[in-house]
Amino acid sequence: MILFDSFLIYAALAGLGVAIAAAPLGCFVVWRRMAYFGDATAHASILGVALALSFEMSIFAGVLIVSLLMAATVSTLSNRGYAMDTVLGVLAHSALAFGLVAVSFLQGVRIDLMAYLFGEILAVGPMDLTVIWGGALLVLGLLWWRWSALLTATLNPDLAYAAGIDPRREQLVLTLALALVVAVAIKVVGVLLIAAMLIIPAATARPFASTPERMALMAAFIGSISAFGGLQLAFTFDTPTGPTIVCLAAILFAVSNVANLLFRSPST
Amino acid sequence: MSLVTLQNLSVRHSGNPVLTDVNFSITKGEIVTVVGPNGSGKSTLLRSIIGALQPSSGQINRAPDLRIGYVPQKLHIDATLPLTVRRFLSLPKRVSNSVAKTALDRAGAANLADRQMSRLSGGQFQRVLLARALLCDPQLLILDEATQGLDQPGSASFYQQIETVRQQLGCAVLMVSHELHVVMAASDRVICLNGHVCCEGEPEQVASAPEYRALFGTGTHGALALYRHEHNHSHDSDCDHDHHNHEAAE
Repeated sequence: MILFDSFLIYAALAGLGVAIAAAPLGCFVVWRRMAYFGDATAHASILGVALALSFEMSIFAGVLIVSLLMAATVSTLSNRGYAMDTVLGVLAHSALAFGLVAVSFLQGVRIDLMAYLFGEILAVGPMDLTVIWGGALLVLGLLWWRWSALLTATLNPDLAYAAGIDPRREQLVLTLALALVVAVAIKVVGVLLIAAMLIIPAATARPFASTPERMALMAAFIGSISAFGGLQLAFTFDTPTGPTIVCLAAILFAVSNVANLLFRSPST
Repeated sequence: MSLVTLQNLSVRHSGNPVLTDVNFSITKGEIVTVVGPNGSGKSTLLRSIIGALQPSSGQINRAPDLRIGYVPQKLHIDATLPLTVRRFLSLPKRVSNSVAKTALDRAGAANLADRQMSRLSGGQFQRVLLARALLCDPQLLILDEATQGLDQPGSASFYQQIETVRQQLGCAVLMVSHELHVVMAASDRVICLNGHVCCEGEPEQVASAPEYRALFGTGTHGALALYRHEHNHSHDSDCDHDHHNHEAAE
């Protein structure tokens, strides 16, 4: 019974950590229309898993390195005349494909692949929890520190320059935060569904928020409910946990939109 | 006292020269308007002055501790970003309620504080941008085609607001405008730009300069004709600049 309790508590805490780090970052992903960028970074991280396993590094480090490389490649290529969605479409799926192929070369890993694709929140141990919360706090700290500058750069690069802020540096901060979130979330929701944890809570919060800060707080709340509730539902119905969390988030999104349609006039 | 001085400023965009050897300065309290065809480097000039673009050669000297208020050409605020006017004014630096209120009052946007940015009309939006530029109590106010997308009365009342602001604050104003009649009425000095400074001076001087007419024509091309049709129609340019593209359009 003790065992049962502790792994559920670890899982709940892990979900909470990911939810509150992903929420404010997810808001920026929504505001800056970087949804596909988040997806690409997340998909590339399976390559990081392969790398980490073959060089016997920690998964966290491998994923972080590859995510950062991916983000840098995307930024470079998008300045070369390709449309952003084309660049991301090429890179995201090739990185995923190469990652899957690379993992298949590794002995004895094949059985674990599902865990990386869809997460394995119930296998979170104290060590994982430390990494997840460390990463989450780092992301929150980074966003807290740069919040005003990030918002200004998101509004308009020239307004940022006029205020002495370098928008390219702020972009870099977001990229770094994104790589961190991907690295900590891979264990919880898996490579394929990380972008959902970024975007869905932020999108759900949007109709009810009047300032950026409120939107971020509400997104964190909605993300946390999804994580707790999803865990509970997955346990009750014996469904895969990561996808169940995302399903619940999606249902909340649908409910929030219906509620918004019903209770507010169309103009607001 | 000169607020900003440009010496032989040249700026390139991905290898192509946009501005070549531009010399320019603006002094306290002066209203200077930059005119020129599309792609003549007007925005580039302003963005260099605020520091958003690095010159490829030449120098930009700003007065020590110069406070610049910048009103951008257009600012699209994504509807996904919830943002009240009041919160917008506190970006990136938090400002007190009284400072925000003063700026909104000065910009003629007194009642907009609680509105969402993405739901403002074009004219209201520009006034909020103006209010934001006024927060720092600027010595130099820079406007980049601030009335683009406004109708005639809207843009006229916006420029009236600018004039009021200048009288209240005594700030210099540097603006880009396509509306030549406004330019001629409101500016102390006009700079005609086409990759280089074609000509500059008081509005009347510039309007009669052959370089200017080569760019804008003397006929139906600008509202200018309403004001300056008494000038003789000489298209013969004695300057050695390249104006052919624009003459072809006449």
